Amino acid sequence: MYPSRFAYEAPTSLAEAIAILDRNGGEAKILAGGQSLVPMLKLRFAAPGTLVDINNIPGLSDHWLDKDGTLHIGALVRHEDLEFSTIIADSHPTIAAAAELVADPIVRTRGTFVGSVCHADPQGDWAATMVASGGQIIAQGPNGRRAIDVREFVLGPFTNALAYNEIAVEAVIPAATGTAKGGYLKLERRVGDFATASVAVNLDMHGDTVHRAGCALAGVGGRTIDANDAINGALKGKALTPENVEAAADAVAAMAEPRSDHRGSADYKRHIVKTFVSRILTNIANSEQKAA
Amino acid sequence: MSVDEIKIGGMGASRRRVEDNRFIRGKGKYVDDVVLPGMLHMEILRADVAHARIKSIDTSAAWEVPGVRLVLTGETMAARNLAWMPTLSYDTQAVLATDKVRFQGQEVAAVIADDPYIAKDACAKIVVEYESLPVIVNPDQAAAPGAALIRDDKENQPTNKIFDWEIGDKAGTDRAFEEADVISTIDLHYPRSHPSPLEPCGSIADYDRATGKLTVYMTTQAPHIIRAAVAMVAELPEHQIRIISPDLGGGFGNKVPVYPGYVISILASILTERPVKWIEDKTGNLISTGFGRDVYLQGQMALRKDGKILGMRMHTISDHGAFFSDAQPTKFKIGLMHSTFACYDVPAAHLTSTGYYTNKAPGGVAYRCSFRVTEAMFFQERMMHAAANDLGMDQAEFRRVNLVKDDMFPYRTAFGFLTDSGQYDKCMQVGMEAIGYATFKEEQEEARKRGRLLGIGISTMTEPLGAGNSREYDILGIKMFDSAELRVHMSGKAILRTGAKTQGQGHETTWAQIVAHELGIPADDIVVEEGDTDTAPFGMGTYASRSTPVAGAAVAMAARKVRAKARKIAAHLLEVSEEDIEWELGRFYVRGNHDRGVTIQDCALAAYSNMPDGMEPGLENVSYYDPPNLTWPFAAYFCKVEVDPATGVWDVLNFVAVDDCGVRINPMIVEGQVMGGLTEAYAMANMQYITFDEAGNCIGSNYMDYLLPTAWETPGFELHEVVTPCPHHPIGAKGVGECATVAGPAAFVNAVMNAIEHTGVRNIDMPLQPNRVFEALQTGQDVSGMPPVRVE
Ligand SMILES: Cc1cc2nc3c(=O)[nH]c(=O)nc-3n(C[C@H](O)[C@H](O)[C@H](O)COP(=O)(O)OP(=O)(O)OC[C@H]3O[C@@H](n4cnc5c(N)ncnc54)[C@H](O)[C@@H]3O)c2cc1C
Repeated sequence: MYPSRFAYEAPTSLAEAIAILDRNGGEAKILAGGQSLVPMLKLRFAAPGTLVDINNIPGLSDHWLDKDGTLHIGALVRHEDLEFSTIIADSHPTIAAAAELVADPIVRTRGTFVGSVCHADPQGDWAATMVASGGQIIAQGPNGRRAIDVREFVLGPFTNALAYNEIAVEAVIPAATGTAKGGYLKLERRVGDFATASVAVNLDMHGDTVHRAGCALAGVGGRTIDANDAINGALKGKALTPENVEAAADAVAAMAEPRSDHRGSADYKRHIVKTFVSRILTNIANSEQKAA
Repeated sequence: MSVDEIKIGGMGASRRRVEDNRFIRGKGKYVDDVVLPGMLHMEILRADVAHARIKSIDTSAAWEVPGVRLVLTGETMAARNLAWMPTLSYDTQAVLATDKVRFQGQEVAAVIADDPYIAKDACAKIVVEYESLPVIVNPDQAAAPGAALIRDDKENQPTNKIFDWEIGDKAGTDRAFEEADVISTIDLHYPRSHPSPLEPCGSIADYDRATGKLTVYMTTQAPHIIRAAVAMVAELPEHQIRIISPDLGGGFGNKVPVYPGYVISILASILTERPVKWIEDKTGNLISTGFGRDVYLQGQMALRKDGKILGMRMHTISDHGAFFSDAQPTKFKIGLMHSTFACYDVPAAHLTSTGYYTNKAPGGVAYRCSFRVTEAMFFQERMMHAAANDLGMDQAEFRRVNLVKDDMFPYRTAFGFLTDSGQYDKCMQVGMEAIGYATFKEEQEEARKRGRLLGIGISTMTEPLGAGNSREYDILGIKMFDSAELRVHMSGKAILRTGAKTQGQGHETTWAQIVAHELGIPADDIVVEEGDTDTAPFGMGTYASRSTPVAGAAVAMAARKVRAKARKIAAHLLEVSEEDIEWELGRFYVRGNHDRGVTIQDCALAAYSNMPDGMEPGLENVSYYDPPNLTWPFAAYFCKVEVDPATGVWDVLNFVAVDDCGVRINPMIVEGQVMGGLTEAYAMANMQYITFDEAGNCIGSNYMDYLLPTAWETPGFELHEVVTPCPHHPIGAKGVGECATVAGPAAFVNAVMNAIEHTGVRNIDMPLQPNRVFEALQTGQDVSGMPPVRVE
């Protein structure tokens, strides 16, 4: 691989990293897991003057639940940390379901959750789970920290809301007020393939009733598709009956903005979205019944 | 007292691959590992458009980048008569474009610099001004009246058609169709795929003005053919050219042709008087080097009500890209396509073929197959599948009725091949038993009632491997024999060199096993060397599963000639006449007195220290082997799948492969070859293809789009063997390297079709992506894979 020339910095503290970003005035790029940035360097799609490797900064590698069940994911938490997490299965089932479908096992050892959200690839899996779950990104810059709702964070394809001298230090995902339910389904041509279409569903259940429903889509538009209102409109305050599931699936599918390409026609992709929403919701309904 | 053949690593021993010692330690030595003093680095600028006239090329900014030594364009090449080079199919191919670019990825300029970073930086500074021309990405467009003429550089080339070709008996076939009760038809596209070895192509050219010698390290499967080609193109004397093909990171046919990069690096070395290294990147490899397939296959079959095949017609329309550079025997314009139906008793057959130029990369290499045999057998088994359905006959039964029976060998096929051995029905039985064929229909019915779609697919084939005999097979006039040189040292250890070139097949392991089998020298005492034209005997290289059938036979013959000389030495040592000497593995003894004997090692020592009067010293031989016929391995594959009707996704539930490749030298290596081939077959059936959009943009130019299956999605394969020795090969072996890639795809496709054809659909073109299967399920219509792909 022969990328363009760049300087390489490996700071050992956040303050130092932020100072380097600040000094370089927009010419520097953060290197986290490198699983998106390095391919871009290789193809010379990206040619930053300086790479700021954050892998030596302590304190960013953990994920934890705080007292009220909110999930915090540090900037250096790898995909596989979430895949093998022992704490998120019940509290954040959507994240747990997606973890083993992101990329392939090799990429998952390096790539980071936060890096993936920052990368803002319309086909990226994590941004979809964040949108469905109402997550936030915590950004830190020379003037301190701020929290950014993920829907205001991912601005478009490969664009996020960070200032040039800010680092995303953490992702924060709220807990359900009742029982958390969710799922993630992805149609891929091969392990490690980006989504032809994928669906993240996140439910906050109060007994048999949906208190809040969240949904987002990847691969079926020029950005991560926010289908929260569509699914919530169909399900809020209701039970997961076959009719309600069908209505929710239709409402979400209508939000997709797929394009025809070599992975399939727009109609096909929309149909997959519908099938997946209905499969996730039916699975949840069936598991509720079994539990009852 | 003979040695134990398995213990010494002889025939039939699943000996561990000796080359893996270095490969698994990361100690292989590939072209890119070679570093020569003063070496420069070359980068190629490729066209980003598919068809355009070059108005100007401005290289001035590239020359100014510090560290740049040379910038080459078509103009500089033309000044030395090197802008064009001959192809392996008697066409010409641009080395660096002069007049037009004819496909996306074509070589336009080259920069030679102190390091590869500089070369790449400088390449980006070259400005090419193009005037775009209409782009042609399929044969229909190429044949349309008024279509843009791609090869306006050639005389007598008024259209985009390259050739019309035919073989077989037209009148006899027409008669068969008149007598038919049922006529079945099929219309398919075998999509363009790419061999995609993990190591891309590359070379290091090192021209020494003082000695006049040109040494080229090169990723090539056929170093001797390359030497001949370089002598021709660069007009250098053959003895002053040395081609060294070191370890290869896979080939699969991709490393047979001569590529522009090789030629440019040679000229660059001559001009700079420094070694020049060129290493292609992955995208360069995928978009510009030899592809496989890209053929439209149309067939008709004449059938009798009882299931007997009466005759067969086939028409192929092939898309060769911008230059006709297929690597194939001279006589056959569409490779060995006429090997189709070689395992079935077909009284009359006729094949017509038309080839076209398009604005796509040239190549037409045999991607892990013997010259388009993959397409021939895919067509055959898809045709068989359709015909059985049209007759309302069971798939297995229909095949068993028509397969050539054991007592019919030698069997002359309708297209003139002579097959010589096999137990086809036995292979069928083994496979049917293993997959549970007898109960499948019931299982399928039951599943359907519950909304589940199960299918079973069969694919059988015999393929012509081991080109070839010199009567019929040559490349650029050079006959397709092969060679081996065996030298036994005085301590009984040996070095063996052949004209073949391993790319992962394990020659270093198996060749030594053949020598061990013939001489009783332990395989571990034999080193095998290939790929250096200054040391190896002349051979045609490794492709078309020809190494064991041809070079492997030469190894056996060389060893036998060494043994014949050793026998004379033994007689001398034992003081008896040669007629009184008997041989057992590793040892000569006196007839009637088994205890009185000498080992092959004793004879080796004597060959250097105590030879009989009048005998030349030494114990070595060079053998050239011209096979009397091709070898004909057989395969019967059975695949069981389940299709998800809501998404079109299909999963392989079980795959049974029965292979008869004759005598197995190293069973473990044979199994590895079959596993690898089936994986590639699965890839082509399921996910892997190169397609193009309307503008000629290559879709499949990197591994995000050109999908290689990994261990995660590749299904398990259950392997079985039947052994029918090849009657004419010295050790009874047949080729096997490609059987699974050739026979595999149809098994997967037939299985998916079997699961969904109740909807009326007859064909989905590969790859059977979920969206295509879903579309077929929804519409009951066939799904075509012809480019351009629709992109909104
Ligand atoms: C073969 C392969 C298959 C893949 N398949 C999938 C897939 O199926 N689904 C999927 O979602 N992804 C996939 N990916 C992408 C992968 O998930 C990446 O890991 C992820 O997109 C980026 O995370 P990273 O840590 O590697 O980020 P990097 O590559 O290091 O960085 C990506 C971008 O984000 C910025 N960035 C990173 N961290 C921060 C931070 N803390 N603050 C501010 N900016 C930051 C970088 O500057 C850069 O612009 C695949 C990658 C590969 C190589």
